[in-house]
Amino acid sequence: MHEYSVACALLDQIEAAAHAHGVTAVKVVHLALGEQCGVEAGLLGGAFELARAGTVAADAELRIRPVPVRWVCPRCGGERPPGAPLVCPDDGAPARLEAGGEIILERLEMEV
Amino acid sequence: MCGTCGCGGESPVPTAGGVDVELHARVMAHNDHAAEHNRAHFRAAGLTVINLMGSPGAGKTALLEATARARPGLRLAAVSGDLATDNDADRLAKAGIRSRSITTGTVCHLDAEMLHDALHHWSPGDAEVLVVENVGNLVCPAIFDLGQAANVVCLSVTEGDDKPLKYPVMFREADLVVITKADLLPYLPGASLEGLRASLAQVMPDPRCIVTSATGDEGTGEWLGWIDALRARTREGES
Repeated sequence: MHEYSVACALLDQIEAAAHAHGVTAVKVVHLALGEQCGVEAGLLGGAFELARAGTVAADAELRIRPVPVRWVCPRCGGERPPGAPLVCPDDGAPARLEAGGEIILERLEMEV
Repeated sequence: MCGTCGCGGESPVPTAGGVDVELHARVMAHNDHAAEHNRAHFRAAGLTVINLMGSPGAGKTALLEATARARPGLRLAAVSGDLATDNDADRLAKAGIRSRSITTGTVCHLDAEMLHDALHHWSPGDAEVLVVENVGNLVCPAIFDLGQAANVVCLSVTEGDDKPLKYPVMFREADLVVITKADLLPYLPGASLEGLRASLAQVMPDPRCIVTSATGDEGTGEWLGWIDALRARTREGES
């Protein structure tokens, strides 16, 4: 259950941002979560509810925006379809993960 | 500036009774920073570090035993992440590998700070290659950079050809997959190297694998050659 570790890292960043802006409470946490980031949204939500107690985000809502996976050939720009090999059939280049691997704290709605 | 991706985020927008702040901050930034710190230490020490991952029972410890057996002159050290015992570190010590364990308790992975703390209390001595044998788990260790030069995933043929498709993050992050227990293939009608390779090609952008069997030392030479090449690349990076 590494989601608890991720929730704690998220809360550290939330606390730092809240402190920097002198706010008393965080209302909404907007998180972008890649569909292949290695973190389960449901488990992260549960871990966040446990870990947020006693922090500025104690009553915060966690809103997760799922980001679909996109593999792209860096040479020809072609997108690799799901289930296909990740080496580009046209030029033999290994595809690059353009989206879907990220865990990004995008935005905080806070109370002053 | 948000300081993580240079996007220019963190410009607060006042709202009724509050403030909205765009951050665009990577949540794993703290671990990644600690991993870069480890990486700088390893580079300065001339130490090539491999993060060895895989399921419980995939053959991670057996691979290291076979490595020491095949090349006793390799100055190899290991740190083993283990939930509850020192068994792996004991096995490695018996194989002549300088080792210590990190007992993680309930934690299902190693992170950069855990490795950093362990190496503050234990030295790999004159080792040239340090293998971090991660907690047996195909999910959790994948997203924690430790500061390694390469990720290696052990995958035994008994686990099934589709495991890379079920755990894509782990295999995506692998620089090399060591397929283990290949001597068991004749007893596994549903498993094949072709099937494993096809699965790896769907999740690894640069699918590299070595087929091994620790009992017969099959593939050990190729594995040692891969370590030598990694070691040479690490040395180039130092100069």
